[in-house]
Amino acid sequence: MNAITGAPEALRVENLSKRFTLHLQGGRRLPVLDRVDLAVHPGECVALVGPSGAGKSTLMRTLYGNYLAGAGRILVRHEGAMVDLATAEPRTIVALRRTTIGYVSQFLRVIPRVPTAAIVAEPARRAGMAEAGAMVAARGLLDRLNLPEALWDLPPATFSGGEQQRVNLARGFVHPYPVMLLDEPTASLDPANRDIVIGLITEAKARGAAIVGIFHDAAVREAVATRSLTVAALAVEAA
Amino acid sequence: MSDRAILDVPILDVTGIGVRFGGLNAVKDATFSLWPGEVLAIVGESGSGKTTLLRTLAGELAPDSGQALFRTRAGEVVDIPRLAEPQRRALARTEWGFVHQNPRDGLRMAVSAGGNVGERLMAAGARHWGHIRAEAAAWLARVEIDGSRIDDPPRVFSGGMQQRLQIARVLVTEPRLVLMDEPTGGLDVSVQARLLDLIRTLVGELGIAAIIVTHDLAVARLLADRMLVMQQGRIVEAGLTDQVLDDPQHPYSQLLVSSVLQA
Repeated sequence: MNAITGAPEALRVENLSKRFTLHLQGGRRLPVLDRVDLAVHPGECVALVGPSGAGKSTLMRTLYGNYLAGAGRILVRHEGAMVDLATAEPRTIVALRRTTIGYVSQFLRVIPRVPTAAIVAEPARRAGMAEAGAMVAARGLLDRLNLPEALWDLPPATFSGGEQQRVNLARGFVHPYPVMLLDEPTASLDPANRDIVIGLITEAKARGAAIVGIFHDAAVREAVATRSLTVAALAVEAA
Repeated sequence: MSDRAILDVPILDVTGIGVRFGGLNAVKDATFSLWPGEVLAIVGESGSGKTTLLRTLAGELAPDSGQALFRTRAGEVVDIPRLAEPQRRALARTEWGFVHQNPRDGLRMAVSAGGNVGERLMAAGARHWGHIRAEAAAWLARVEIDGSRIDDPPRVFSGGMQQRLQIARVLVTEPRLVLMDEPTGGLDVSVQARLLDLIRTLVGELGIAAIIVTHDLAVARLLADRMLVMQQGRIVEAGLTDQVLDDPQHPYSQLLVSSVLQA
């Protein structure tokens, strides 16, 4: 309903299956995703719902190429063409991540010693923005997310969980990715900052981002999701 | 666009490289490609053949089989193991660089820091003394060595400074491919972090391709786009760095990843 009318899908998942084979445990197999179908248009935000352990995060990670797809297709609109991320070469996935797919995880993983503002500016620079513009965008987002300016020149290693989460969010929103994956973006935030993130997601939808997210906070989900997809747990097979 | 066309051709195509030491197969059937601007990590434990493969790619070891096709700046394709020694030396000065784990292997310890950097420029053809010294000074600044140390020999430097100087010496001629053997290996953790940041920044700014051999999976995660896992001379898994680390497919990769202490 909020989808931008007539725009083609930005993301289409067909028959996606994924299981883990644990070689160190006698080859035990853990099926997690079984023939998942999903289409997301620009301007839509699909919330993944289901109990803990059902595979929501696994689906998100597979959509980002962080987990290897077992079977099926993950078609992403990249520079005008649909690219199948499930079978793409690693360097194609690197290119997709640079300009097309953004991912906000719950954990911040960065090179030690790099100042926060530079960490936030990096994805914009990688996407092709000049350094000065990227720094302006980074500082603007950090300011909007209420991270005290005194912290911008410090590496985030010693920051609190909520502060690191906001650095992660700023990093994820500094470039206008056409496809965005948000894994619990408000998990460690207070209500005021949570509302700011709702604002960022709403703006991303308005500019035409296709979003898939996991939002445990029902208020956030109601505020941003245009629909939801239930991910159901699969039975564990014996080895 | 011509830039795009250049980027779409690998700088290095390695096919079926095999190296034998007596009865031992140190490297078996190594095959992979590297594109301009890409950083590739080769991981595996001691004795897996990763350093042997790297030295073969630098032309320092002759393989028993296979080829390593390198595309030069001029667009010429050469097979590294089959280069005549003078040509190999010329390319090693201008087209690629090798960063040794021990800076002593890559520096001249009694020559000044500025001389170490300038020397490689001269070897690549620079002649104007003033330009060479200015360029050396600029590179020392880039690797965060204070300009007042330009006339000091590296033997009076700390290990981290020596390693940064070695990197300046290698990068000053703007090679298109840099091969690094455990570049952060012998350093304290705090010094490692600074060096990792430096390597990543320089590789990104210069758009060079790099192959980094490391046993440290955290180094691979922070620096590399792609990685190869080697076991007993064989590449057992290849893929996007974070995918191989977070969802390893091969039993040996799973063992390697699960054996790391989480910091």
